[in-house]
Amino acid sequence: MPLTETTTSPTATDQQEYLWTLNFGPQHPATHTTLRLILELDGERVVKATPDIGYLHSGFEKIGEHLDYNQYVTVTDRMNYISPMANNVAWHHAVENLLEIELTPRCQYIRVLVSELARISDHLLCTGAMGLDVGAFTFFLYAFYQRERIYDIFETLCGARFTNSYTRTGGLSQDITPLVIEKTRDFLKTFPRTLEDMERLLNRNRIFVDRTQGVGVLSREDAMSYSATGPIARASGITRDLRKDEPYLCYEDFDFQVCCARTGDSFARYLVRMAEIRESLKILNQLIENIPAGPINVGGDERTALPTKEQVYQTIEGTITHFELIMSNRGFTVPCDETYAAIESPNGELGFYVVGDESNVAYRARCRPPSFIHFSLFPDLIRGHTLSDIVAVLGSLNIIAAELDR
Amino acid sequence: MTTIDEITTEVQSRFNEIETSQFRNQTRLRVPASQLLEVAQHLRDQHAFDLLVDITCVDYLHYRGATDRFGLIILLANTSESLRITLRVMLNEPDPTVDSLTPLWHGANWMEREVWDMFGIHFEGHPDLRRILLPEEFTTHPLRKDYPLQGFGERHNFPVIRRSEA
Repeated sequence: MPLTETTTSPTATDQQEYLWTLNFGPQHPATHTTLRLILELDGERVVKATPDIGYLHSGFEKIGEHLDYNQYVTVTDRMNYISPMANNVAWHHAVENLLEIELTPRCQYIRVLVSELARISDHLLCTGAMGLDVGAFTFFLYAFYQRERIYDIFETLCGARFTNSYTRTGGLSQDITPLVIEKTRDFLKTFPRTLEDMERLLNRNRIFVDRTQGVGVLSREDAMSYSATGPIARASGITRDLRKDEPYLCYEDFDFQVCCARTGDSFARYLVRMAEIRESLKILNQLIENIPAGPINVGGDERTALPTKEQVYQTIEGTITHFELIMSNRGFTVPCDETYAAIESPNGELGFYVVGDESNVAYRARCRPPSFIHFSLFPDLIRGHTLSDIVAVLGSLNIIAAELDR
Repeated sequence: MTTIDEITTEVQSRFNEIETSQFRNQTRLRVPASQLLEVAQHLRDQHAFDLLVDITCVDYLHYRGATDRFGLIILLANTSESLRITLRVMLNEPDPTVDSLTPLWHGANWMEREVWDMFGIHFEGHPDLRRILLPEEFTTHPLRKDYPLQGFGERHNFPVIRRSEA
């Protein structure tokens, strides 16, 4: 329900003793992942919500100080497992920034391809789960079926559906095959029709609109002050998109729009995500026919990327390079300095602060997790709304607990 | 349209003891702990660094050539002109304390709680400086370099709640 004027102010209710304390989570189907909220209720209105997080804390940043630059990519998969490809790209984007490696054009195009597919699949799951939580089951099934097709593309691409670990320092684990192009083309051809169906299902659906419009309104000032980025900031009128503002990879080559809304409620966040799917499709359509030829890895001779298996087994130079990069007392030439690099992940700005210390293991691998930063918004967004609005707000924020707790 | 170099010169002329450095086109300002709040406020109000991107920390215990123990990293961004700047505050034991940025950005709240949790940096003026990811009864700060990867055995020493007492 939209916020009404009759809501009691939080200061007045602090003294009231009839408040109900309700524990929401950590194992609740609507949280989707493991997070806990301690709610103080006045009737059905939420007076105060206190998030209690850390149930999935697994020390990913500590592990980052013990795994080398190529090994750590497997851990980034597990941070935001809804769009692991985007995390892979973000991690190696930061590492390549530290090591000053310029990627080949083909590699840049393929990385954009996978990041945009990851964006589509992330938005599909986010909007789908949000629809599921407020009662639109068909929408979720449509979304998940299309996500499944993106998993298929990733499986053809790198053999893994969920934990891809596709990128490598200075390149990719393997080149794309004609089958990948064919599957992507097929997806691009048939998916827009499903997307139209999906929009027809929810955009003017009375139940869905009633439950999300005016719920969890985030003003532009609050979005800025709470460091919101990505679709959540754009739904509140902040036009920031790193793909446009600080172009990385080859995003400058493509024509696409930054999707924004002004109202900043859950419905606006849903609309921005749906519009971004269309823009991603636009990028993919321009990209898929124009992937440049050439190598996917930067030259193996300079010891900036792992050589291919053929080179390792058939040439002595390949064997030497492989040995030099893999052995634990050797590795890349790393400066004794630190750098931050970020990409526009489906969820917002996803950056890594990497500190190099001349060894082949990062001295510090800090992840700037968008989920963590967006979840700190939640107590403010839900204040004054009803218990049933919690799922509508949580769904629109797209909180991934593995990334939240790392 | 101002460039990042003009901003750093202006900040340097206004505040004392600020060192700048450049690496991979990123500008870093090294700020004394006592001036952090003023410098951050100046950057936010005068130079439109309106987005607090992240607050994090690095423990330089075993770092080559490091003289200070902790480096608090504050990443700021100017969203209208797409500029970025990094503030670094060097802190030392036994009292790693710095002013909290929560008066300037709400978002600093959880980021500072995480830094407190992981590194034990104390933020003066923080409204709610509790542990965020680790349980309350945890006694150490695990992202410090003197904390071993496998821990000090906290897991094994957690009190076990039996069914009869639950």
